[in-house]
This record gives sequence, structure tokens and C-alpha cells, in this order.
Amino acid sequence: MLSILKIAIRNLARFGRRTLLTSSLITLGIVAVLLFIATAGSFKTMMIGQFTDAVLGHLQVHRKGYVASIDTLPLNLNMQPAMVQRVEKVLGKLDGVEAFSERVKLGAMFSNFTETTSARVNGIDPEKEAATTPLLPGRISQGSKERPLLKRGETLIPTLLARGMKVKVGDTIVLVATNRDGSVNGKTFVVRGVVDNMTGPSGRDSYIHIDDARDLLRMKEPEVSEIAIRLRNPAQLDRVYAQLSQELIGFSGKGGDAGKGGGAGKGEGGGTGLEVHTWADLSPFSSIVRMIDLLSVFIKVMLVSIVLVSVLNVMVMAVYERIREIGTISAIGTPPRKILSLFLTEGLLLGVGGAALGTAISLGVIYALNVWKITYSFGQQQNLVLSPAVGVADVLITATMVVVVALLASLQPAWKASRMDPVTALGHV
Amino acid sequence: MTLIRAEGLVKTYRSGEVEVQAVKGVDFAIEAKSFVSFVGPSGSGKTTLLNMIGCLDHPSGGKLSVVDRDVSTLGRRAAAEFRGEHIGFVFQDFNLIPVLTAYENIEYPLIMVQAWPEKKRREQVMRLLDAVGMAGQANKRPDQISGGQKQRVAVARALSTNAELVLADEPTANLDHDTAYRIIELMKKMRNELGTTFVFSTHDPKIMSEAEVIFTLEDGRMNQHQNSGKAVAAHA
Repeated sequence: MLSILKIAIRNLARFGRRTLLTSSLITLGIVAVLLFIATAGSFKTMMIGQFTDAVLGHLQVHRKGYVASIDTLPLNLNMQPAMVQRVEKVLGKLDGVEAFSERVKLGAMFSNFTETTSARVNGIDPEKEAATTPLLPGRISQGSKERPLLKRGETLIPTLLARGMKVKVGDTIVLVATNRDGSVNGKTFVVRGVVDNMTGPSGRDSYIHIDDARDLLRMKEPEVSEIAIRLRNPAQLDRVYAQLSQELIGFSGKGGDAGKGGGAGKGEGGGTGLEVHTWADLSPFSSIVRMIDLLSVFIKVMLVSIVLVSVLNVMVMAVYERIREIGTISAIGTPPRKILSLFLTEGLLLGVGGAALGTAISLGVIYALNVWKITYSFGQQQNLVLSPAVGVADVLITATMVVVVALLASLQPAWKASRMDPVTALGHV
Repeated sequence: MTLIRAEGLVKTYRSGEVEVQAVKGVDFAIEAKSFVSFVGPSGSGKTTLLNMIGCLDHPSGGKLSVVDRDVSTLGRRAAAEFRGEHIGFVFQDFNLIPVLTAYENIEYPLIMVQAWPEKKRREQVMRLLDAVGMAGQANKRPDQISGGQKQRVAVARALSTNAELVLADEPTANLDHDTAYRIIELMKKMRNELGTTFVFSTHDPKIMSEAEVIFTLEDGRMNQHQNSGKAVAAHA
């Protein structure tokens, strides 16, 4: 084996320029794939973090049918107190849950006493909300970030609303809402702060205290529109989701207007009248995440093509240029399997060399990008730091893929060499 | 002892609709430890005959035995094994492996064809390098040595596995006359020292006269004559 390796290495060195070009192609391909995975992964992780940590939480529980009608913020699909207590009890038992926050969501008319516009409002418990969406205080661009984020009678409004309605921190505004029975109620609030807009659902909502929301809607009981949940480890999303869904099966809750005992499919606490959703179910960004994943696959397919074509080309040339040499070693009795091994080893070395160099360069560039702390913007969010990272599994999969493809690409030329008729080969000019 | 025996040996090539008979029913026998030359003009069938004896090509008819084995129907793998075991080759264009040194070229069959242990391998290679006068050039690659030196290395490679038979197809065709003569002398010396049978083809009258047995080929047919003076000298 050592001799085969030695001969293969020397043959690659003999055609140094060609070997260098092919290895460079493979190296570039690996660098492109790993850098894409690292940067796209960083972007993905950051964006998911923004959505989950600033607005959505990792999971949400709703009354069945609420999410399907969420654009209209239906008050008749709020969770009743018994349902809320049941969910809170289950959440209290789950190890994976770090925090949760009950919200009352409503549509209201927003008035600055001279102009009126429509607004979406979140009624929150400020302490619970800050624990569940820890990036929320960071979104406050004007006004105090000190906790509690809100007191009763105060509101946080999105930048667009503040600009459009020419409202500043400290101004008084009026929110007018219609409750589920159709009666209208109004309440004044002092603008405590202005929050940056976020891309995605609820990214342009105003915030008020949950008790104010209930007063505004004249709720007889402490209903809740949704419960946002923060996990200790986002990687355990699927496990906690499954546990939560399982725990909520069989709970019938209190009637209300919504139908009970729905299906037990994904996203439904089967038969309870409750639904559990992941952030991906609620955010359109999940399709962008899927697109990024799909792009990764395409990039990998391109890498495979590059390696396949370049190694195949080199090995076909290697066999063609060394036909007489193959005839000689075949004539002096070299077994066909050793001739096959000689050429396969050359292909393998091209793949291993390219993969090793590409991986080393990629890791170096990723390290440098982390040191340089490159910033970028996404929507309204500025100065987001690019933190590319690539997992061991991704590196191993990509490198293995390249080596295997290089080996496969060498197979046909190597097989041809091993089957070559020595007389014909020796007579080749 | 007869090393090679051919009876009614025929080789026919087909090129499209046309059939060409390169060897037309030849009979001959070559004794072990002899120094034999196939002579004849281009296209007379010398190379075809050597290819069949060397198990590189199959006869179209007749019988051919080499080292007491019928080689006319050997399969690809069996033929490769037989060649590796019993036959060494010397080529007109030297055909050394360009990425290996002189030492490594001689060592190649001992690793890739026969699995000799390293110590025994080293002894054999050094002995052969010394015998062909290339000990001082052991670490040079083919592109660093002359044509004559390359052919010396090729002769040593052919002998490295202790083959009973060395086939040399026009081994002196690419060498000047003095060098060619020295290569033939070297081959004869190796025959005398090791007892290896050498069969070579040539069309050079001076070179052919060095053989003890000369087979003359013309248009696929063969005549034989004994070069008695050389035979006596060789066996003296």
C-alpha cells in the first residue's frame, strides 16, 4: 500500500500544474460550501433568535382556531381562565421551559387627539414578557428601558406609529377598542417608550399592561389570547413541543365560543380546544430558513459536480497520457487490482488534499470573520454582528462527500486502466 | 531442457473485413539458458511471436508451452500471474516508470508483482544494480540517465524476480551501436551468471550475430540456424 501511495503521490507531483488546478477547484468548492453554511447559519440563527427572543418566544399556545384567524385578532377565541390555569400548570412541570408570558391581543383605534389610526396592541405582564422575550427591552429606542417595562396606564408604541402620528415619549394618547359583545371602550395612556419595528408577525404591535387590556375590553374573566413560551435550550424545541402537546391532550377546558375536541394532528393539543405552535409555524421567516437550507443543498450539489467533473477530467487525462506506462506495468505482471488501486489512490489523494486544504482555509476565514465582527442590517435592525460558525458534523459531511465523490470519479478511468490490453497499450503512440 | 515449445503456431489479426495472418504455423523449440534471437524485417512477425511467448497475446491456432505450461488459453489474470512469476521484459523504449528511481524501478516487480520482504528485496536490487553497472546511479530517475543506462536498469528489472525467461523486443533499436553492443554483452553476461534464457528480436545483423540460436522470420514463416561459434563460447 505504501508503494501505491508513493507512486500515486509522485504521479500527482509529476503533473503538478494540473494537480494544483484540480486541487484548487476542490478547495474553492469546499471553502464556498463551508463559508456559505457558516454565514447562512449565522444569519439564520441570529434571525431566529431575533424573532423568538424579541417577539414570538419559541412556542405559543392558543385556543384552537385562533391562529387561523389571527389577522382579525378574534376576541371570541381567547383562552378561558380554566384553560390558562391548565396550561400554566403543565408549563410549570416541564423542565425545558424557562419562562412564559400570557398576552391579550386586540385591535384598537389609536388617537393623538387630532388624528386617529388603527393599531394592534399586545396586553402583557411586563416582568413575564421580559423573561420570555429578553430582547424586547433592546428594541426600546426612545424612553426608559428600566424594568418594569410598563406600568399600568403606560404604552410602548412602534416607531412607525410614533412617526406617523407624531407622538413622542411622554405624550398622552387614547386607545379605543371594541369588545367581543360589540361595546366600545376607550382609555388614555402615556407613551413610555418607542420600540423599533421588527420584520414579521407582531413586529409592529404596541404594548400595554395586560390588566389595562382586560379593562379596555371589559373582560369579566381574565382571558388570554396567547401564551408565549421561552425554552432553556432552543435545540430542544421538538421535544418540548411534543411533551406539551401530549400533556394538553385530554384537557377539555371550559366551553366558550370555540369548538372543542378538534383533531389530534400536529399543532393541536388534540381534543382540548388548544393548539401548540412553534415559532416556525407562526413566522413567515421559517420559509426563508427552509430556502437557506435548500440553498445549502444546491451549493453542495454544485460542489459535488465540480469535484466529479474536475477529478474525472484529471483521471481520464492521467490514464490517457500513461497508456504505455500502464502497458508496461501490466506486461511485467502487475495484477489488475493493483493498477486499479494506483489510479484510485490518485483520485483519493486529490479529494483528500482538496478537502483538507479547503477545510483549513474555511476554518481560518470563519475564525477571521468572528475576530473582525462584521456588522450588517436586516430590516429595521442595525449593527447585527455576523457570527459565522460551522459544526463538526457539517465539516465532516462536506469533506467526506468530496472524498467519496473524488473516489467515485476516479473509478471509471481506474477501471479502464486496469482492464487495458497490454499489447494495445504498449503499442500506443 | 526445452523452455519454450511451439507447434503449428498461428496468429491472425482481423481488421474490419480483412484478415491478416502475422504468424503462419511456425514450429520451434528453445532450450533453457540459451541466448536466442528472432530476426527479420518489419512486419515479419517477430513482435507478434514475442507477445505470444510473453503471454501478452493469445495464439489464434497451434500449441504454445512456456516453462512446461500451455499458455495459449490463459485468461487475463492467470496470464498476468504467469508473467510476473516466470517472464521478464525489456522494451525498445526502455519503458521505465518515470516517477521511480533506478533502484525503485528494479524493486517495483518485487513489491507490486511478488511480495518480497524488504531485506531480501534490498539485497536483490543492490546485487542487480551492481551486476549491470548502475550501482552509482541507483537514486537517479529515468530522465537523469542515458539511454544505455536506462536499458541496463530495464535488464536488471527484468531479472529482479529471478525469471527463467527474459523477452526483449528490439532492445537495442534506440541505442547507438557501441551502447547496443554493450547491452547485448550485458544480457549475455547475465545469462551466463544467472542461467536465464534470453530471447530478443532485432534486425541489426551485427547484434543478431551475438545470438547462439537465430530464428529468421519472413512473412510469418520461420527458419532456424545455430550460430555454433557463439554457442560454444557461451557455454564454455
